[in-house]
Amino acid sequence: MKISKIKACHQEIKFIPRNQRQIVKVGVIVFPGSNCDRDMYHVLTDVFKLKAEFFWHEKNLPKNIDAVVLPGGFSYGDRLRAGVIAAHSPIISDVKKLSEKGIPILGVCNGFQILVESGLLPGVLLKNESLNFMCEWTNLIVNNNKTPFTRKLKINQKIPIPIANGEGRYFVDNKTLSQLKKNNQIVFSYENKVNGSISQIAGVCNSDENVVGMMPHPERASEKEINPIDHKPSSLIFESLIESVGMKN
Amino acid sequence: MPNFQVSVVIENKPGISDPEGDTILNDLVLKAKNTNITKIHSGTILKFSIAEKNEKSAKDKVIKICDELRIYNPLVSKVTATAEKV
Repeated sequence: MKISKIKACHQEIKFIPRNQRQIVKVGVIVFPGSNCDRDMYHVLTDVFKLKAEFFWHEKNLPKNIDAVVLPGGFSYGDRLRAGVIAAHSPIISDVKKLSEKGIPILGVCNGFQILVESGLLPGVLLKNESLNFMCEWTNLIVNNNKTPFTRKLKINQKIPIPIANGEGRYFVDNKTLSQLKKNNQIVFSYENKVNGSISQIAGVCNSDENVVGMMPHPERASEKEINPIDHKPSSLIFESLIESVGMKN
Repeated sequence: MPNFQVSVVIENKPGISDPEGDTILNDLVLKAKNTNITKIHSGTILKFSIAEKNEKSAKDKVIKICDELRIYNPLVSKVTATAEKV
């Protein structure tokens, strides 16, 4: 019974030849210790038919790239503090230049930690209140649908999505929190108290709204075969990117 | 130039929750009936070996490195450094 189900799932996956995919170039940055880069690449290319390319953290990013994704993982083994060593990688200066040009940049989990440690996003991600590595399904609530990654989502829309982190407790001081609220920079919050994040924040953006960081993993929730609840809301994160880049082009 | 060891202690600023320190206090120390202990702060210690002309310049140099490379996150952490000749 189980085997036939698996077979059925595989039969539904249609692999599109790379040369027939949409000409939206997404750079997936790979750091030593990244482990969600292949999942992200699969979702971008096989599910959403985008052109994606891996970029090693010591390389440069091309200037004509349409979007950049910093995937999850354990860059440098989370030594010192999750994301802090990767934030000094040569490629981050290119990411900063692209962010100033308004290019959409998404950091997921460790990618989010790298974005805050590099100063591209405000705040810091501390150890979870429980001190446990948390690997579970949770619900996100959409707070900002103006970013390139959320434009197809509705405000207050619920997104069933998994988290997998040990340092996911978002923190900012009260002054910065007020600024985030005032500038509409809180993109996602947890429906329930999950890890002690201030204001239950799960994702934020920069003041220009083109750089977004989130702790949960949309690449693990955007296919019905791996999302037991509903894969469509997570899919809208990637569909938003396609629409954003498409409109810009 | 003489060699110094600069010990840098990174700990949470006051007001930032410290679940590790709280767990050690509540689930280990107080359970062992050490009721006169009221607070435990957890932190990280890094020891830098450095050749510098004196203790002060060794300490200043290490603090500068910590600041520039964000070895501690100034939003939530503070550092204290002590230097000794080795």
